[in-house]
Amino acid sequence: MSQDTTKEVIHSRIWQEEAEADNPFAARVAWCHGFDVYGDMLGKARWVEMLHLLFRGEAPSEEAAQLLESLAVALANPGPRDPSVHAAMCGGTGGSPAAAALMAALAVGAGNLFGGHEILLAVQDWSDCGTDIEAWRNRLSNRPPAVGASAWPKPEHPPGFDPHGVQATLIVRQTLTCLAGLSPGAHLPWLKEMRPDLETAAGLPLSLTGVTAAAFADLGFAPEQAETLHLILRLPGAAVHALEQWEFGHKKFPFYQIEFETDHPDQSQEAEA
Amino acid sequence: MRGPEFLRQRVGKLKSRMGGVVPGSHATIRGLDLHSAFKDAEWMDIYMFAITGRRFSSAELALLQSIWTYTSYPDARIWNNRVAALAGSARSSGALAVSAALAISEATIYGGGTYVPAITFLQETRRKILAGHSLSDCVREELKVRRGIAGYGRPLTSKDERIIPLLDRAGELGLDRGPHLALVLQIDHYLAQSRLRMRKNFAAVAAGLVADLGVSPREFYLYGFPTFLAGMLPCYLEATDEPEGALFPIPCEDIAYAGREKRFWAKKHNHAQMDPAPESPAVNAGMTSGE
Repeated sequence: MSQDTTKEVIHSRIWQEEAEADNPFAARVAWCHGFDVYGDMLGKARWVEMLHLLFRGEAPSEEAAQLLESLAVALANPGPRDPSVHAAMCGGTGGSPAAAALMAALAVGAGNLFGGHEILLAVQDWSDCGTDIEAWRNRLSNRPPAVGASAWPKPEHPPGFDPHGVQATLIVRQTLTCLAGLSPGAHLPWLKEMRPDLETAAGLPLSLTGVTAAAFADLGFAPEQAETLHLILRLPGAAVHALEQWEFGHKKFPFYQIEFETDHPDQSQEAEA
Repeated sequence: MRGPEFLRQRVGKLKSRMGGVVPGSHATIRGLDLHSAFKDAEWMDIYMFAITGRRFSSAELALLQSIWTYTSYPDARIWNNRVAALAGSARSSGALAVSAALAISEATIYGGGTYVPAITFLQETRRKILAGHSLSDCVREELKVRRGIAGYGRPLTSKDERIIPLLDRAGELGLDRGPHLALVLQIDHYLAQSRLRMRKNFAAVAAGLVADLGVSPREFYLYGFPTFLAGMLPCYLEATDEPEGALFPIPCEDIAYAGREKRFWAKKHNHAQMDPAPESPAVNAGMTSGE
């Protein structure tokens, strides 16, 4: 199809559309990376296959699809204690729009503590260190500073490890065992084997974020792709917990006590009152 | 401090030095009673106090407000504003529109993503120059590390129409004689003399002026968050007043595709197949869609 070089267009290597004959603004056919989405894929392709196609540009192997699907199940609901879900529930309990609750979950779930930015850094670590234990020991003990100043808070713990953990939880170990068994890649099986050494080097137990980053590395995701899909895959739980809190109402949602740490004794007394 | 015992101590309560509300009694902010200490305050006054814990002079608050005012462009082509306008055109709520547009403003090539690098570069460069380094060394080092200098260059044009009004305003207020602003101008002069086609933009001038008020990078970043806000609301309103879907309609042919050639999806496959399956309706349709 010839393009008018003077007009402004959306450039894409992902998506192509063909218009209905009677309406240039209505798509008759849509292709995703060359596949006819509605005329060919629909009814055949699984959700995770579509995700893989969108992000990686190719249909996944059956092994990769199974790994991504199990990862999606593991990430679907971080649970109501997770800060991102807590944020979504703050929307739900007050009756904020559904999109606001999800935006809240995305914003809180974007950070360096179990969030998207931690995934970004952890996948970068896998890219840099691979399955070289000495490289990992060096990285975990001597993390290079970020290049240039940034609005992002500095990481306070090694990405992929739990700063408040005592040991890798059963959930983390179960997820690692399952995903390592499914993975067509080298990172997850190596992580399963080397977890004690890595935890010793980090001084912290492995977190679900660490397992997730290894899974994205095995799926061939770039750090930015992994960050983005991690944000998406954790949204279902945030959504349903927000909806649930609206049903319960704000009187059943914690408001918590406040203690003013101040040099003004009057305020402390009044707060207690 | 880390671990479950640390977390256990914090269960169910908020410890705050910043303040809060005692319902039915009063509210405090950073140790001050909100309703008495800020009885006659401008919003910029409490906003800066909330961020820094300091009260700024009237002239300083006026300058801070002008920085916001002078970049409040109601132009729905600008990417962050466009988000607010698209939300209006798609009939979303105003708060969602503006919230998303403000979040988008934390971009790498403009807005929030440039604030911390811009002011950090100025403050570090000033320290280095005072320690005996040359300006050219500082600029070259920054270019080497970041492949650019935050606050210099502009995505769409090298000329920034906001700078002269802002410098004039700072002059009127007597706030244009600080060392960081002087450094902004020195760097601009150096870049103009070099073969680098980068000139100072609004972020550099704003960063210099605000750094001269003793504001840290984190404080400057948070101060700058609503910078574009006033320009976003008209974009939302105008798009909402137009018929739904009327903003930037894109015909199908205006997606300029440059990806993989057309191919067929196999139901169970290890790899996408290039050979069309004989039963596929798309084959008979000559690579057009089956229905």
